[in-house]
Amino acid sequence: MTLKLGVPSKGRLMEKTFDWFAKRGVTLSRTGSDREYAGAVEGVSNMELVLLSAGEIPRELAAGRIHLGVTGTDLVQEKLPRFEQQVEELAELGFGHADLVLAVPQFWIDVDTLDDLDAAASAFRAQHGHRLRIATKYHRLVREFLTDAGVADYQLVDSQGATEGTVKNETAEMVADITSTGETLRANHLKLLADGLVLKSQATLWRSRVAKYGSADKAALNTLLDLLEHRK
Amino acid sequence: MAVRSQIQARAAMLRLRFEAAGAQVVDTPLLQPADTLLDLYGEDIRARAYVTSDALRGEQMLRPDFTVPVVEAHMRHGAEPARYTYSGEVFRRQEHFPDRPNEYLQVGYEVFERDDAAAADAEVFALFALQVRGLPLRAATGDIGILMAAVEGLNTTEKRKAALMRHIWRPRRFRSLLDRFAGRTPMPESRRKLLSTEGDLTGSAVELGKRRAAEVQARVEALRADAKAPPIAEHELLALEALMAVRETVPFATEQMRDIAVDLPQIIPALDRLDARTAAMKARGVDVDNLDFEASYGRTSMEYYDGFVFGFYAEARPDLPPVASGGRYDALTRRLGQGEEIPAVGGVLRPDLMLQLEEARK
Repeated sequence: MTLKLGVPSKGRLMEKTFDWFAKRGVTLSRTGSDREYAGAVEGVSNMELVLLSAGEIPRELAAGRIHLGVTGTDLVQEKLPRFEQQVEELAELGFGHADLVLAVPQFWIDVDTLDDLDAAASAFRAQHGHRLRIATKYHRLVREFLTDAGVADYQLVDSQGATEGTVKNETAEMVADITSTGETLRANHLKLLADGLVLKSQATLWRSRVAKYGSADKAALNTLLDLLEHRK
Repeated sequence: MAVRSQIQARAAMLRLRFEAAGAQVVDTPLLQPADTLLDLYGEDIRARAYVTSDALRGEQMLRPDFTVPVVEAHMRHGAEPARYTYSGEVFRRQEHFPDRPNEYLQVGYEVFERDDAAAADAEVFALFALQVRGLPLRAATGDIGILMAAVEGLNTTEKRKAALMRHIWRPRRFRSLLDRFAGRTPMPESRRKLLSTEGDLTGSAVELGKRRAAEVQARVEALRADAKAPPIAEHELLALEALMAVRETVPFATEQMRDIAVDLPQIIPALDRLDARTAAMKARGVDVDNLDFEASYGRTSMEYYDGFVFGFYAEARPDLPPVASGGRYDALTRRLGQGEEIPAVGGVLRPDLMLQLEEARK
């Protein structure tokens, strides 16, 4: 058995994850061609690199098919109910910062807080005969946030990409999306709600509480944890 | 744990008893159209019910309760008055309570009766109390109609009252609205700025989306008008808070609320209805002197209760959901009736929990 580490298979997130581990004496690399999702680990014996889509890593951790995984707090909390019971946070990696925020058109000068949003949603529903639509891919997080805040008369519509454009296309009245600088939101004439921060997220190393750990896995995990501890 | 066949046998027995009490058996499909439930409960229902879909019928939900389909069936072709009973599975997602079953049997009894609300309330409560007699349960009762009457009679604008009524079932938002309307919350800077303006606002921001500039302007005007309205008076607010905090046995609760009615006379008719119900319950042998009454009971549940509410809880097992619960839902029949309405009261029992408690006592 080997200790399995799941890392996002593409783009900057993978490279930055590799850099982060390299600084701590663990060399991760992709093997084979660029199209092949296989990897190698040096620095910790009995450890294996599994390249996965970032969105699948929470599920794989919860199923115990990987022992460790790097993915955003947003994805873990969206995909895993009672996530603390299923995974343990080992380290925040200091990149991949993103906030899940509620944003409305800038010209809604009457809406600045959740309190305003709730009132506007009520009027909108009376006027248009349907609830105010919020485009998002973070259904659970947004719903729990709005339930907690006591906002009513809204509905979530699924948007897996180009979420900011849904308002212009009139498939939604507002959005709940990930932003790091807010630039895309501004470019699409949207603004943040003052109290509409749903979640602050960054790339995080998680440990599965569900996966089985044999003695070799435990040894590998301890070696890795020592290395991480060393370079904190 | 009781096995499934035992639970089913108990459910069948309970349904038979409800039939003996005069109810007619109804059955409803397991798959319910999602639209109706979403329309009633909003997005919250998705956290509680299983949603499924196909390309032809769109979204459907695995029956999260019987009340809505039973009301719909009655509104379509029910004779009056009517008493219904049913027994079957309901499905609830339990993401926050993984130890609770997500599929269980419910047995229900619903009364659609125009004439004597107090008698119908008492009939339902007494019938449920009889089914759970002998189990170590605490009964809780309440009446959301009293709080609604208090809000409707507040000396403030219709808009504020409508906003409060809309959030009766969301205590936190209700609280923050109340604080704002009473002038207790400092105004956010953005609001102060907005209110310092006059006339039509012409901004540089692009108008986009289905919510139009005219709607924004209309709300700005509503905010300006609201800022001119005086805050809810202190004595009204204190009386309302005292009312929401009432938690006593029925006789003492009634006495406290009669005192509160000096400042909130609008609740007097609702209190008279409570007295009538208490008398009707007493006549049916309910020990009302030792029955708990909480004025805020039933406000956090998603159900559409707007009058009498009750629940039976296992005293030694606070982790369990209520073994039986129910209440009056006149407003629900109005919402589903497309112009029609009929006063209705009913409740459901959990045979699995009854068996579990009986076993634990052995």
